[in-house]
Amino acid sequence: MTETEGNTGTTEPSANPDPQRPWPKLLTKPTVPMPRPGVQRRGEPIATGSEWTLGTLEKYDRAIAAHAGRLGLDTYPIQYELITASQMLDLCSTVGMPVHYAHWSFGKSLLSQEHGYRKGMTGLAYEIVINTSPSIAYLMETNTLALQVLVMAHAGYGHNAFFKTNYLFRQFTQADAILDYLQFARSFVQECEEQYGWREVESVLDCCHALAPYGVDRYRRPARLSVKRERARLNERLKFAEKHYNPDFAHLHMHERDEPEAESLEAFDPQENLLYFIEKHAPKLQPWQRELVRIVRKVSQYFYPQRLTKVANEGAATFWHYTLLNELYDAGEVDDGFMLEWLGNHGDVVAQPPFDSRGFRGLNPYALGFSIFRDIRRICELPTDEDREWFPSLAGTPWPEAIRFAMTNFKDDSLIEQYLSPKVMRDMRLFMMHDGEDDRDHYHVHAIHNEAGYTKVRQTLAGQYRSEAYIPTIVVARASDDAERALLLQHRVESGRLLDAQSAETVLGYVKQLWKFDVVLEEIGSDGRRLKIHRT
Amino acid sequence: MPRKPDRESTPYTDPQDASADSPIAGLLRIVDRRSDPPGRGAVNRERFIRRFKDDIKRAADEEFGKRSIKDVGRGGRISIPGRGLAEPRLTHDDDSGSRDFVLPGNREYLPGDSISRPRRGGEGEGDGDDAGSGGSTDSFGFALSREEFLALFFDDLELPNLERTRFGEMSMERMRRGGYSREGLASNLLPGMTVRMGIARRIALRGALLERIEELEGEVAQAGDPPPAELLEEIARLRARREHLPFLEDVDRRYRSRVPTAAPATRAVMLCLMDVSGSMDERKKDLAKRFFALLYLFLERKYGRVEVIFVRHTETAEEVDEERFFHDPQTGGTLVHPALELAYRIVQERYAGPDWNVYVAQASDGDCTGEDGRRSAAFLQQDLLPLLRYFAYIDIPSSSGWFNRASDLWQSYDVIEGPVFARRAVHDRGDIWPVFRELFARKQAA
Repeated sequence: MTETEGNTGTTEPSANPDPQRPWPKLLTKPTVPMPRPGVQRRGEPIATGSEWTLGTLEKYDRAIAAHAGRLGLDTYPIQYELITASQMLDLCSTVGMPVHYAHWSFGKSLLSQEHGYRKGMTGLAYEIVINTSPSIAYLMETNTLALQVLVMAHAGYGHNAFFKTNYLFRQFTQADAILDYLQFARSFVQECEEQYGWREVESVLDCCHALAPYGVDRYRRPARLSVKRERARLNERLKFAEKHYNPDFAHLHMHERDEPEAESLEAFDPQENLLYFIEKHAPKLQPWQRELVRIVRKVSQYFYPQRLTKVANEGAATFWHYTLLNELYDAGEVDDGFMLEWLGNHGDVVAQPPFDSRGFRGLNPYALGFSIFRDIRRICELPTDEDREWFPSLAGTPWPEAIRFAMTNFKDDSLIEQYLSPKVMRDMRLFMMHDGEDDRDHYHVHAIHNEAGYTKVRQTLAGQYRSEAYIPTIVVARASDDAERALLLQHRVESGRLLDAQSAETVLGYVKQLWKFDVVLEEIGSDGRRLKIHRT
Repeated sequence: MPRKPDRESTPYTDPQDASADSPIAGLLRIVDRRSDPPGRGAVNRERFIRRFKDDIKRAADEEFGKRSIKDVGRGGRISIPGRGLAEPRLTHDDDSGSRDFVLPGNREYLPGDSISRPRRGGEGEGDGDDAGSGGSTDSFGFALSREEFLALFFDDLELPNLERTRFGEMSMERMRRGGYSREGLASNLLPGMTVRMGIARRIALRGALLERIEELEGEVAQAGDPPPAELLEEIARLRARREHLPFLEDVDRRYRSRVPTAAPATRAVMLCLMDVSGSMDERKKDLAKRFFALLYLFLERKYGRVEVIFVRHTETAEEVDEERFFHDPQTGGTLVHPALELAYRIVQERYAGPDWNVYVAQASDGDCTGEDGRRSAAFLQQDLLPLLRYFAYIDIPSSSGWFNRASDLWQSYDVIEGPVFARRAVHDRGDIWPVFRELFARKQAA
């Protein structure tokens, strides 16, 4: 399958149907994908109908693996797990992890998902895949054969390959260690609850969850997770505290520990990892509380690349399930009914409602990512003059190479910056608006999908996916060691966007709970002036 | 390997082999986890309920107020206010500074056009859909299970697991089908069975006659040439009898048989008696309702189906539906006796007989006149109690009253004795469950 038009609904009617396309004259657009001409097809599909068995799934996995290998996908080994709908609900509630420490917020998401599911308002997630080695993909038992194979291709090969290939995941997460670490976290949280009471533990976790976006090293590779080392370190810390803690002399110890810090106070480097700073330097936290902070920080760090690669990750996975299932069809391994069924689901997943419709919930990362990746392939295979102008190094090169490069080296903002083509902008009818201080009653359209606007739209969209655009940047500017022990945070204001006063107040309250002394948050403009100050 | 290989694992390729010639590591295994114990999410669910217990309890109380007694035991949808549920994150203030954003689906706009800004709180921002930010929604709806609902309803007390035999287990005689009999009424005759017995009888007799005939024929053969005439005669007689066996005889008749057996009485009715005079305020009615609901739940667990009759009284008594029972305010004085009389009539007319288990629960603030109290107690003792499995009186004194002084009705009931009668005073919601347990545990001790 090379060049089938997708059914995203926003595509333009194709002006010049390619004469090479083999479908009958009456159809201007294919409703059923036609097998690629000239490919040897199997006589019989591997299976028909919607029933499946473990045996059929295995056969399909083998078939997908053969195609994926031919197209050069690099994946971790895959473990599929068959689960029921309620197990899927459980999984969804703990951000997809099979093991997690207990917290009410997971219960909240469980209840709301369950409620929606029972009322038929929402469907269940089709797939969950975990960035581990071996990669674990979940297959829900109520899915039909076509859906199972779709999920296998999407999660088991698409996401899996992305996890293994993408530089952020390679750099920031250790796929083989996360489940063990979460197991450790769960039992540690449980022990703390037994020892110190659930209220205490919960309030620390609440604080940490609110600060989780600021518990990430954004540029430094984090140390390897290791449960053994973690336990050893913890034991040592607790033992030391037990052995040496004497309330009468506690102030001496504190002073002793603070001494090197006092030196560095002169030249304090602003720190962006707020949770790390709190874990190491909060004056009054108990050792076990520091440990909880550390756990949330580590988990947040693990999910950091996923936050940055929503479009790229989902786009790649969607592209690969689309490609792989079409390969299956071309080889005659699935029948027409199978194709019609999953294409229906696929169409739902990549649907992008226009901005003014009721169903609009922001840009659909599946739709955007899928369009970008599919256009990369199109540019490689059937470049137009426009493509040769915009993507001279891409046009006419072998597409698996190009896709692989795009999967490996980009996160959302850079992927868009690099690959969002004029055709995708036209297809999705993207346009850029400006919301300025001069007119608070209107948005102003600054660019649309035309020659003059392509670059602007592209840059703006890329900027929208920088994490700074939706997570305000906060750094620890100074922690004074004087009697007040106040913590000074700074928000670097970009283009005049201040913090929402209420959210700042709530979150500062949480910081204060951990820091135990006053916390001040300054908003600093680009010229270094202080624009606003929040105090606890 | 973080997880143990499972029973159903079916490795079909050696990953080492696969990875040797291609980068695709391929399938490791398919694990069937469907049979894993469910409820991993239960921990988090319970934590959520624990954290928002106050809100949830308030919502459950409201829900309780709206529900009929019979529906109290079911789980159901609960909606709690969204404040406090939000997991806060730092966000930008959209009313400050300037920003650019991209939206899809432009159909008409050209550069230079302007679109009026949506109101705050509306959708339509292009800022991506970063999950988990949640935001504060107006209310958060979810479903509680029956157990969770009851736990909240009874303020974290568990529903009783009282044994079936704990109180008032009464049995009655009931006729049950019990095989067949040779005598009976014509209407109970079983024709098929009777004919079958006839066939069996004929087969048996023909066999027996044939044996006898063969025996005689043997004797004839031994007896020599001129066979004894009496033997031949006998053989002929037996042959004739064998050929002419009657189709049916009296002994073949079979009737349905019914035998008396002891069976637990399975039908139950519960009469709720309540004083609805002006002095019974909403608080007291709510306590009464909780008690009635608890009794209903308990009886329902025991009997499966329970009929509920509501009798309210001021100076006069009347039977009403549940809605009016709890929510229709009445004014007037208080006379208990008419209510007991009405209950007596209802039981006599509709629920008489050994197969009805009749329970009466009376709730009152205990106001009555001395004369009325004496008559009521006497009537209860002599007429009503003999018909009942159990009579529970709960006394809900005014919260502002003298604490130590027993109410008038309470004092009047002092004269009543017997295992079927019980009474307790309830002051606030926390009392309901202990009182209930006391009431129904008492008989076991006795």
